[in-house]
Amino acid sequence: MSQTDLEIVVDDPTAPEDDSPSLVSSGTIEIFVCLLLLALAATLGYDNWRTGASWDSTGPEPGYFPFYLSVILGGGSLYGLIAALVAHRAAPETFVTRAQARRVMAVFVPTLLFCLATQYLGLYVASFLLIAAFMRLVGRIALWKSLLTAVVFTAIMFVTFDIAFDVIMPKGPLEAAFGY
Amino acid sequence: MEAFGLLLHGFAVLLTWKTLVLMMVGLVLGIFVGVLPGLGGPNGVAILLPLTFTMDPTSAIVMLSCIYWGALFGGAITSILFNIPGEAWSVATTFDGYPMAQQGRAAEALTAAFTSSFIGSLVAVLLITFLAPMISSFALKFGPPEFFAVYLLTFCSFVGLGREAKHKTIISMSLGLLLAGIGMDTVSGNLRMTFGSSELLRGINFLVAVIGLFGISEILLTMEERLALRGHAASISLRVVLSVWKDLPRYWVTLLRSSFIGCWLGITPGGAIAASFMGYNLAKRFAKDPESFGKGRIEGVFAPETAAHASGTAALLPMLALGIPGSGTAAILLGGLMVWGLNPGPLLFIEHKDFVWGLIASMYLGNVVGLVLVLTTVPIFASILRVPFAAVAPMIVVSCAIGAYAIQNAMFDIWLMLGFGVVGYVFKKIGIPLAPFTLALVLGNRAEDAFRLSMIGAGGDLKVFWSNGLVGSITTLAIVLLFWPVIDGLLARVGLTQGSRPTPR
Repeated sequence: MSQTDLEIVVDDPTAPEDDSPSLVSSGTIEIFVCLLLLALAATLGYDNWRTGASWDSTGPEPGYFPFYLSVILGGGSLYGLIAALVAHRAAPETFVTRAQARRVMAVFVPTLLFCLATQYLGLYVASFLLIAAFMRLVGRIALWKSLLTAVVFTAIMFVTFDIAFDVIMPKGPLEAAFGY
Repeated sequence: MEAFGLLLHGFAVLLTWKTLVLMMVGLVLGIFVGVLPGLGGPNGVAILLPLTFTMDPTSAIVMLSCIYWGALFGGAITSILFNIPGEAWSVATTFDGYPMAQQGRAAEALTAAFTSSFIGSLVAVLLITFLAPMISSFALKFGPPEFFAVYLLTFCSFVGLGREAKHKTIISMSLGLLLAGIGMDTVSGNLRMTFGSSELLRGINFLVAVIGLFGISEILLTMEERLALRGHAASISLRVVLSVWKDLPRYWVTLLRSSFIGCWLGITPGGAIAASFMGYNLAKRFAKDPESFGKGRIEGVFAPETAAHASGTAALLPMLALGIPGSGTAAILLGGLMVWGLNPGPLLFIEHKDFVWGLIASMYLGNVVGLVLVLTTVPIFASILRVPFAAVAPMIVVSCAIGAYAIQNAMFDIWLMLGFGVVGYVFKKIGIPLAPFTLALVLGNRAEDAFRLSMIGAGGDLKVFWSNGLVGSITTLAIVLLFWPVIDGLLARVGLTQGSRPTPR
């Protein structure tokens, strides 16, 4: 047998606790989503009705399909809203616990900042900042490892896309200083 | 045997150093993506799609489809060694695969998984080789009404046969169809739902939505869970491989049954997840000693893996022959086709012979190469899991952003991707299925065009959808499928069928 007894063990020191209190229930989110969809359906429905949603001699006008789709979407979300309201009275199911929400935010907020940074600093600088900061601050990985990984990964991306495959990414002041 | 000659031609297209290297790169990236938590087949293909933008279509599809095969192989590794299904369709593989690893038979289980994956795909590829050209040449006679009927059938079968709550499937699908309609209307040239925004003029790109829905949202979901893991390391020796292969003929019934289930569910929108469970359950039911399943029985690995791979591969059949994807990943490949400037549909077999047969040949070759590759490199890939997720997560985010931006060189698309990431996260958590949304977004415009062209042709008369036997029966079937739960309920009441039993997920 080639089977070795060596085991792979990876720990997760910042894992969310299992007994963390629920932040919000699934029912509440469902109600919220259905209301949003209902509003979206109304907005799109109105816009399409303005475009023209009737049936002329050659078939449907441009707004016909989207108008009735808005109606279907509205109907579906209305049904979902009522179903969620009825089910809400029963035992609430957890949508996300407080500890989970903290972890999700720990990814979402950096991602949001990354998008913002891409707009002003260009994608490569933003990518370096995201990887280095995320590894150091969220993953608590040694600073030199974080910086090295960020530099190497960003450089590979730059060479692969901008140089080898000619897929041009948004650039910022730093790239401009180097003449790209 | 015209197909055979064309297939040989496909191999000739394929056998250049460049394509073979791309194939290896694709397979390695795919296995990588399959092993990593929080990334799967569709996400991997969507994120890596921009790499192929400047390639010629044949190289591009070879690489992308190899990423897909690789991801299918990769899912099995984590299921067996770590009891963590890398993919939803590998859940059934953990039932017997992990117990085998615990008993020190990890190498055997992995060999069984990879071999059966290979067999499953092979059966499905054979099916594609002989059936796809026939279906596409038949579909060449289709006019707009027939095409609309087929699209309608696809949409209706999702609603009628899907396992999720019906209203959630309907919400997901109508939202997808609506978003597909944003921008310039292709028939009349009118602007729709743009609200004066110049960014919305282009419409919402399908691939941007997919990268957000599957890539970004998956990272958010993965972070919620405890990422600690503990598993077995294994390497596979030639002796184990040969001993598993020697026993293979004993399990031919299981393998064949699972292949058929997989092919069937792959072509219809049942999907690989349903196929793997069905394969497992049927193997258990027909076994002489069902209670030995779940305790490390090799058949419990053969059955779900064969079915999952057969289904994943067969999902490409309707995409190639009709331009209708049978799975989420197939939908993304279809999106890729459009980016490379090809028009999916039956004409593909005539106008782009090199492309189609190159792809089919790559399915054969990619699976053989993939099998050898995974059998020899399992220890390396298993150790990928040692890389902390805190390093992997930001890299995936960056790759997603590159992918989203590259499609149309628009910063707006990066924001759109982020928005879809949040939507995907919330939808997955409250049980709104994403597959109908994806399908609707990619097919929406084509379905509407087909409908309106048929209306223009028929002077606005809906009877055109019942104007001949073919289109009439497809349309009728679509409507029957849409109301299938109601019809099934009625039939059950009069005692004709047993009604739908809840199937394990």
